Amino acid sequence: MSYTQISILAVIVIVILDLFIIKTALLKRAAFWTSYAIILPFQFMTNWWLTSRNIVMYDPDVITGVRFFSAPAEDVLFGFALILSVLSLWINLGKGSSANRS
Amino acid sequence: MLAFTIFGSFWLEIALKVRVLKRIRRAMMAIAPVAACFLLWDAYAIANKHWYFDKEQIIGLFGPLNIPLEEYLFFIVIPLAAIMTIEAVRNVKKHWIIGDEK
Repeated sequence: MSYTQISILAVIVIVILDLFIIKTALLKRAAFWTSYAIILPFQFMTNWWLTSRNIVMYDPDVITGVRFFSAPAEDVLFGFALILSVLSLWINLGKGSSANRS
Repeated sequence: MLAFTIFGSFWLEIALKVRVLKRIRRAMMAIAPVAACFLLWDAYAIANKHWYFDKEQIIGLFGPLNIPLEEYLFFIVIPLAAIMTIEAVRNVKKHWIIGDEK
């Protein structure tokens, strides 16, 4: 499988996990999208650093070639899947905990 | 890049009292399964040369599955930063429901 295919699959899997399996439904929460909006520019900055300096390089045969700030578009899907899965588990583990101030 | 992320997010632990590091057990339980999945993806991508690293610009230490040390740190630091971000959002927007409130 190419990076493009795996990254799309990863997003589909974690969206199903969030909505239907773990049922945290963070995709419906303003707090998640606000957090993601904060994280994404920083992801672009760090990805730009890593790719523009050729610290990390990609096989052109396994990506679409579409790039944002020098990094492959697939990295956005990779990052989204990573962040949503961690936050879904974090929130799920915190259910009923008095440590969560609302 | 990792240092940038740490400096960029870990101040939230103090400034916004997100108390993620005080709940490190819960954080690690959320991160471990996700990091494991993404490290397998990383191993597959490295083995198939989907992406590769400039040997001059990494420390040069490799963990299991031929994955550079930096990648292992990445899958701890980035999820921690994401958790700190959503907890900071929670602390600023106290009326927003995330799903784990008591």
